[in-house]
Amino acid sequence: MTQPDVLDTVQLLTPEGTRVADHRYDPRVAHLDPAALRELYADMVLTRRFDTEATALQRQGELGLFTPSLGQEGAQVGSAHALAPQDYVFPAYREHGVLHVRGLDLTDVLKQFRGVDHGGWDPAEHRVHLFTLVVGAHPLHAVGYAMGVQRDGDVATGDPNRDTAVIAYFGDGATSQGDVSEALTFAAVNQAPVVFFVQNNQWAISVPTSGQTRVPLVQRGVGFGIPSVQVDGNDPLACYAVTAEALDRARNGGGPTFIEAVTYRMGAHTTSDDPLRYRDAAEVAAWRAKDPIDRLRRYLADAGELPQQFLDDLDARAEELAVHVRDTVHAMTPPPAESMFDHVYATPHSLVDAERAWFRDYESALEDGSVR
Amino acid sequence: MTTMADRTDATTTVPTEKLTLARALTLGMRTALRHDPSVLLMGEDIGRLGGVFRVTDGLQAEFGPDRVVDTPLAESGIVGTAIGLAMRGYRPVCEIQFDGFVFPAFDQITTMLAKLHARSLGRITVPVVIRIPYGGGIGAVEHHSESPEVLFAHTAGLRVVSPATPADAYTMIQEAIASPDPVIFLEPKGRYWDKAEVALTPYGTPGAGLDKARVVRPGADLTVVAYGPTVHTALRAAEVAAEEGTSLEVIDLRTISPLDHDTVVESVRGTGRCVVVHEAAVSHGVGAEVAARVTEECFFELEAPVLRVGGYHTPYPPSRLEHHYLPSVDRLLDAVDRAMAV
Repeated sequence: MTQPDVLDTVQLLTPEGTRVADHRYDPRVAHLDPAALRELYADMVLTRRFDTEATALQRQGELGLFTPSLGQEGAQVGSAHALAPQDYVFPAYREHGVLHVRGLDLTDVLKQFRGVDHGGWDPAEHRVHLFTLVVGAHPLHAVGYAMGVQRDGDVATGDPNRDTAVIAYFGDGATSQGDVSEALTFAAVNQAPVVFFVQNNQWAISVPTSGQTRVPLVQRGVGFGIPSVQVDGNDPLACYAVTAEALDRARNGGGPTFIEAVTYRMGAHTTSDDPLRYRDAAEVAAWRAKDPIDRLRRYLADAGELPQQFLDDLDARAEELAVHVRDTVHAMTPPPAESMFDHVYATPHSLVDAERAWFRDYESALEDGSVR
Repeated sequence: MTTMADRTDATTTVPTEKLTLARALTLGMRTALRHDPSVLLMGEDIGRLGGVFRVTDGLQAEFGPDRVVDTPLAESGIVGTAIGLAMRGYRPVCEIQFDGFVFPAFDQITTMLAKLHARSLGRITVPVVIRIPYGGGIGAVEHHSESPEVLFAHTAGLRVVSPATPADAYTMIQEAIASPDPVIFLEPKGRYWDKAEVALTPYGTPGAGLDKARVVRPGADLTVVAYGPTVHTALRAAEVAAEEGTSLEVIDLRTISPLDHDTVVESVRGTGRCVVVHEAAVSHGVGAEVAARVTEECFFELEAPVLRVGGYHTPYPPSRLEHHYLPSVDRLLDAVDRAMAV
């Protein structure tokens, strides 16, 4: 039987914050000095602050919905830190930590949840695609994009500023979608430069991972002939290391990699969900003890690398972010109604043009009172 | 983007060749592949085999396996990866082997391909062409004779077109490839072997456009609206009707989204009568849309209700029965008679 590329779950930091030696992956993190690790820590803290603020805004009625990433900051921030500027990200709808690391203003994520547009940002600016709520549809786009990278010759040139990898983020639930299997197939037969980063957060809304698979998800990749690795998804250092290795493999022409990051969705699926209906407090408590932010804080603190000034500054940054999120969301107003006719097509379409004209006439007639 | 008109070389003498509709498509794609390195074809068995209808015959030999790609047998995968390739700057042309096999890709087409331009506020364009051999009359097995055009026409963001002649096949496939919008390109497989002279215009020669219908036979008494495989049926019916003293005007819609209502309405204003004919089921179909629009725009010029001729609200029947299901010349003429009798 084909085995995963690495047999044991990769872990470099225990939940207590103790560094574990790993012959294969230590070199991948050797260059991360205390300052770099503090940035990793800061990005997780800021992501969580965003999460708290957006959840509060939904509770206040300012957002229609929100998808918290609470608990998954280690998998997201750790993996995203391994990306190069030229790499391209295809996220699902809970990847706030990834988006933050890529430099997006996270309030862009909230435009959709505020109901003012379906997209939110320019994908080209940070090389981060828009997410949709159709679970599992986007890994195919990532593979197609990676096939384009291959055809452009931007793989295995040896130029670190040119060689390009693509990464697709999705969850345990998405692995049941046929499109994900097709994405793995197309990636494998084309040896496309793509990394599949699965956050197994244990729950697809109310259905546990055992309702999606009879084998560890990491073996899904193996079955397609794709090097596969399982990582402690609440260990940001290990997530960084396995992702860095996978991205290098992709950029060097070694083809795709499948990563299963074992993590936990500490909060609800969305703000409309009620996890108390389907899971135990004890389970949540057990995972809280493995929190990704706590473990990196313990590690840095034990090493004497967490000065109070840094923590105070980080508190200030987090508060600044929260104020920015609040103010920006409050200021988000709907676009003009007629904008629904914009960009349906890239070139003129007579039906859309005619309906736009009709709509404009009707709306202006409403205003002057000539129709009801 | 360079428009097709920018690349026209008006001084060249245009050669013509007698081609089947299928071969005209091949040469249209070959021209696009030769002139635009971002064009690539993808689909099942389109490489060495040349596709089950041989429409891509010889193209992999000329352009190689990276541009004429034999994909895994997975329609959603074909369209999904085509979307990613388009985001990277490519212009993929996907072949779906048969109409009845497009549905695994339906989600990618309707929730992703059709909506990405709008979702991104115009920042992303997805110039993907999806070629689908469609329609019946070839004695095929189940799922090989269907007409799914309305499912796509009902989805904003997609253009849906269908050539009826070799000449249109040659130019429309090139216009579809050049379009920045996704195009569902429906090929009337029952007419793949029809032959006609085709002007092999250079790549970029402006054609009739992807948004215009065409009057293919002028007439005075009644307008027959057809597209794809039924244009041929309508023209044959017009000949029979002419012998019987009824003058039919035949319109080839060419495009279903957008639908060129102006051409239809102008015709019906002249004739006062209209029959729409397509192989797809009549209920909720293109005929219903045309009838509604004609009624709105020509209510006082109409001499008779707009009638529809087409398939029934049944699964496509076994092939030994398909001649009962498909709109024949006789069934079309029966509708003409009913409209003329009012």
